[in-house]
Amino acid sequence: MAQTPDVGVIRSMAARMRLDIVEMIAEAGSGHPGGSLSAADIVAALYFGVMKHDAARPDWAERDRFVLSKGHAAPVLYSALAESGYIGREHLMTLRKLGSILQGHPDCKKVPGVEVSTGSLGQGLSIANGIGLGLKLDGNPARVFCLLGDGELQEGQVWEAAMFAAHHGVDNLIAIVDHNGLQIDGSCTEVMCLGDVEAKFSVFGWKTISADGHDVEALVSAFKTAEEALGQGVPVVIVCGTTKGKGVSFMEGNAGWHGKAPSVDERERAVAELTAAIEKEAARG
Amino acid sequence: MGNKATRAAFGETLNELVADGYDVVAVEADLSKSTTTVTFQDAHPDRFFNAGIAEANMIDVAAGLAVTGKVAFTGSFAVFATGRAYDQVRNTVCYSDLNVKLAPTHSGITVGPDGGSHQMVEDLALMRVLPGMRVLVPADYNSAKSALRLAAAIPGPFYVRLGRASVPEVYAPDFEMELGRAYVLREGSDVTLFACGVMVVEALQAAESLAAEGISAEVIDIASVKPLDAEMIVASARKTGHVVTCEEHSIIGGMGSAVAELLGETCPVPMRRVGVRDVFGTSGDPDELMAHFGLTASDIVVSARNVLA
Ligand SMILES: Cc1ncc(C[n+]2csc(CCOP(=O)(O)OP(=O)(O)O)c2C)c(N)n1
Ligand SMILES: [Mg+2]
Repeated sequence: MAQTPDVGVIRSMAARMRLDIVEMIAEAGSGHPGGSLSAADIVAALYFGVMKHDAARPDWAERDRFVLSKGHAAPVLYSALAESGYIGREHLMTLRKLGSILQGHPDCKKVPGVEVSTGSLGQGLSIANGIGLGLKLDGNPARVFCLLGDGELQEGQVWEAAMFAAHHGVDNLIAIVDHNGLQIDGSCTEVMCLGDVEAKFSVFGWKTISADGHDVEALVSAFKTAEEALGQGVPVVIVCGTTKGKGVSFMEGNAGWHGKAPSVDERERAVAELTAAIEKEAARG
Repeated sequence: MGNKATRAAFGETLNELVADGYDVVAVEADLSKSTTTVTFQDAHPDRFFNAGIAEANMIDVAAGLAVTGKVAFTGSFAVFATGRAYDQVRNTVCYSDLNVKLAPTHSGITVGPDGGSHQMVEDLALMRVLPGMRVLVPADYNSAKSALRLAAAIPGPFYVRLGRASVPEVYAPDFEMELGRAYVLREGSDVTLFACGVMVVEALQAAESLAAEGISAEVIDIASVKPLDAEMIVASARKTGHVVTCEEHSIIGGMGSAVAELLGETCPVPMRRVGVRDVFGTSGDPDELMAHFGLTASDIVVSARNVLA
């Protein structure tokens, strides 16, 4: 919505979303905190600064589209949708429970604001290509944003999609890589080395931008650069350096927190840290 | 006989759909000349997207186009569009309930000389099991046109099974296929031959031969494999008391299985399945292969005698 993103708003939203993420996953007893927390600043920047959207009109034709290719980070998306007003906050604590609209991975049939269901990694960028082309065919000025994990880049389909986007000039597409260096079985370097992610996209014909994925000012400026590069026949990717589990000291940089819910004690410690962070943001004003 | 392949309907029908106001797009995977989507590309280059040899991407690009409101058709061959891209069809197209229409060509063994790697006889099983997927198997060129139109007209995922080989005309050009409806092509009282695709013509010939032996065979085209026309299938099975299913597909998981599942629960009658018997295809001419795999009219006659014995 906002034309000039307010860095303070984004920061405080990200802080609140981190608390939501931990509480939702703790309440559910399962889920993926690491990759949800690492993406919190990116998703907050998108929903509360960069993307044009309106929760009162989830079907608004000219809304920017968001595809969460790394669907296991569903909690960060659900929190952003709740903070935006697409869904009531009361849903958050129903995550992963029978009858909930908040499935373990995003289900577009159940949740307003979710454009497409994800969860099987490697597909989002292809879908985003199709959305981008569809918007262009309609002369629709909306853009499409697609968030990928770094481990996810090991899926061959991502590179089919990367080739496609450049070949077909999908220049209303901004891909974002949450480059936290970790996947399930360990570091990406150990499991299946990604090499230079930016260089790979670059040789596939993309404009690449890098940013610190937790520095909101840097993120906002990266998005601005990306937006200015649209419409020139070339897709754009922002490779964001991030820390998996960001914001919860004992989760940070630890692959073990990829897909595990905190215990009662761990929840308490995490909530204390995240609440302090929210207060710090509030004090900053 | 006015022989024409069902695939010949593909590109042409897409052009007609655009003329009729449908917001159709097509995504292909380097097989536009074989599938005939090149006909659509020539007429509507802005609505056609070649993904290159990347079937998974092809399906998901179509999914994204469908998210923006397009009626998105995909090409390629049956073996690749369903097998190579199964997770994309399942987790994105069907799980999101998107308006994507898979209409791959070169299904079944009538692909011919390309051999077993290219002869897809498991696609109906793969597609039929997916929640929300509708599965159509047209018998000739005219019904293929109608099946493609039907798929475009109804929102949600469709699988339209098209073939490479020419097949005789069964339906008139003005045929309008309906979802979930089977078609009685010949009435009979002793045995019902349920057929789909290229096997419809074989079943009609078999019924002719059986008549000469004094056996009255009913022939029903199961053009809509999912949803099935349960009412008509059960009524015919009840009337004749004997069933033979005929499909250019594995006997596991295809139309014959669907009919067996239905009749097993509602009206169990003696039954035989004519189809590919749990083996891969092999190189040869389509006619030779039909005989090799036991899919000819005379094979159907043998199964009909057998089920009546
Ligand atoms: C196709 C597919 N294979 C495997 C999985 C299981 N899985 C879920 S998350 C994950 C690791 C993802 O790592 P990454 O992309 O780096 O995500 P992040 O670190 O941001 O959480 C895996 C293997 C999956 N969801 N989809
Ligand atoms: Mg990672």
